[in-house]
Amino acid sequence: SEMSFEWPWQYNFPPFFTLQPNVDTRQKQLAAWCSLVLSYCRHRKLYTLDVMEAQESPVFNNKKISRKLSVEAIQVVFEELRKKGNLEWMDKNKTRCLIMWRRPEEWGKLIYQWVSRNGMNNSVFTLYELSNGDDTESEEFHGLEEWMLLRSLQALQAEGKAEIITMDDGKGVKFF
Amino acid sequence: MDRFLWSSGLLEMNETLVIQQRGVRLYDGDEKAKLDVGVVLLSTHRLIWRDLKNHECCMAIPLSQIIFFEEQAAGIGKSAKIVIHLHPASPNKDPGPYQSSKFSYIKLSFKEHGQIEFYRRLSEEMTQKRWERTPVSQPIPTGTGSQVTVMSAWWSICVWSVWESLHLTPLPTSVPSSQAFEDLSKLMEKAKEMVELSRSIASKIKEKQGDITEDETIRFKSYLLSMGIANPVTRETHGSGTHYHMQLARQLGDMLLAPLEERGGMMALTEVYCLVNRARGMELLSPEDLVNACKVFESLKLPLRLRVFDSGVMVVQLQSHSEEEMIASALDNVSEKGSLTSEEFAKLLGLSVLLAKERLLLAEKMGHLCRDDSVEGLRFYPNLF
Repeated sequence: SEMSFEWPWQYNFPPFFTLQPNVDTRQKQLAAWCSLVLSYCRHRKLYTLDVMEAQESPVFNNKKISRKLSVEAIQVVFEELRKKGNLEWMDKNKTRCLIMWRRPEEWGKLIYQWVSRNGMNNSVFTLYELSNGDDTESEEFHGLEEWMLLRSLQALQAEGKAEIITMDDGKGVKFF
Repeated sequence: MDRFLWSSGLLEMNETLVIQQRGVRLYDGDEKAKLDVGVVLLSTHRLIWRDLKNHECCMAIPLSQIIFFEEQAAGIGKSAKIVIHLHPASPNKDPGPYQSSKFSYIKLSFKEHGQIEFYRRLSEEMTQKRWERTPVSQPIPTGTGSQVTVMSAWWSICVWSVWESLHLTPLPTSVPSSQAFEDLSKLMEKAKEMVELSRSIASKIKEKQGDITEDETIRFKSYLLSMGIANPVTRETHGSGTHYHMQLARQLGDMLLAPLEERGGMMALTEVYCLVNRARGMELLSPEDLVNACKVFESLKLPLRLRVFDSGVMVVQLQSHSEEEMIASALDNVSEKGSLTSEEFAKLLGLSVLLAKERLLLAEKMGHLCRDDSVEGLRFYPNLF
């Protein structure tokens, strides 16, 4: 959607951009940052982030109050996200990461709910049908990138709610 | 060393003793002469050396035999020396301690110092050459002898002129002859006396620690303090402190009440130090004693406390000084203004910037404030997180 993003009150509070030395204060600060990063990525449908680019992105750089989060602080925020399961590093040097503003389990749940709601258990779908099919257009998971879709289905598979199958032209899934 | 002649050591008519110095060892060139340490005497005519223990072992060199001489500075484990270059001995020279020598110079090693003065006098005598004007009754061999003389005369003129240009010019400054230097050297002597005196007192205290009374100790300690020497006896314990520190603490307790009130109940220890010493005028406190006195405030039930912040900054504060109140008021100030830097806060309260910052840091530590650290500086905001 083209709705403009609603920044949280912390975004315009200068201390938000300084890593707080007081431990309790810092915990609250980091929680707010994690929440902001995830909701921003969700809004812009961003699934990956490059650390260097991120520094200049509006999320970490508020030009209006002339404050930006330092690279060190960005790394701290990313580490928080990683610990919570919302971020995965794509390389050893930690220059690029996958942002999972919804974790695979959460996507899996949404997909399964849609399947159940429409009585489509025991049906088989190709991955493309799920992410780009007309039937799923109004769903949140519509447009989901393949790597994420796959992980979500793997999560369902682990719960015994689906099985990933290999078809002629790619992968598919059967729901139970 | 073969230039020396045996001598009785007695001075001749018209020969005057200029200076003598004991504790001198002779060197044949660079090698120690096989002689003990003795006394060296400089007369208007000769350089005489005599063994300290065996007075019969006595030898001399006429000053005319000296071509030139120079100082050799002392080193680690090595005494200062004067190196004396000599004309060759004449073939018909009277017997001396050495028949021959491969060296043409000797050294005087000053084991008990005195080289500076000796060098000075020797320079004077060599310049004045009094032996030429007042020949002594006994003819003293001067190393003359046809060819040898001509060569060595020419050599000595060359060397001497070089030596003169090198040595004579700096001479005035090496000798503290001006009025200013005289005053300074007197001052140095006095200072030396005082230092020695105080050292002896300090060691007396150390030795007699058990015997002397508390009163005497206090007197001596304050005597030392007034001379600016830190108390040598004490590696003070924090809890008990000495009688002296307790006295001092009481003094401070009286003295600091008013200044503390004026400054909102807290002063940096450095401020206290300056204030106290300015008031005392003469018997200044050392920093150590100030700290030690402050440490006993609590045990003496005085209304003052020494406090150390995380940063290491030490302050003296009124016991009635309430931490919560300070922090609450800091929060009020910051909230009112939106945000404050240490400087702005200091100005607002009339505190020093140092103490203002400590207060803000404390409020931050308590979670009441948070910080904004940017190129614009360090600002504190109310903690809205």
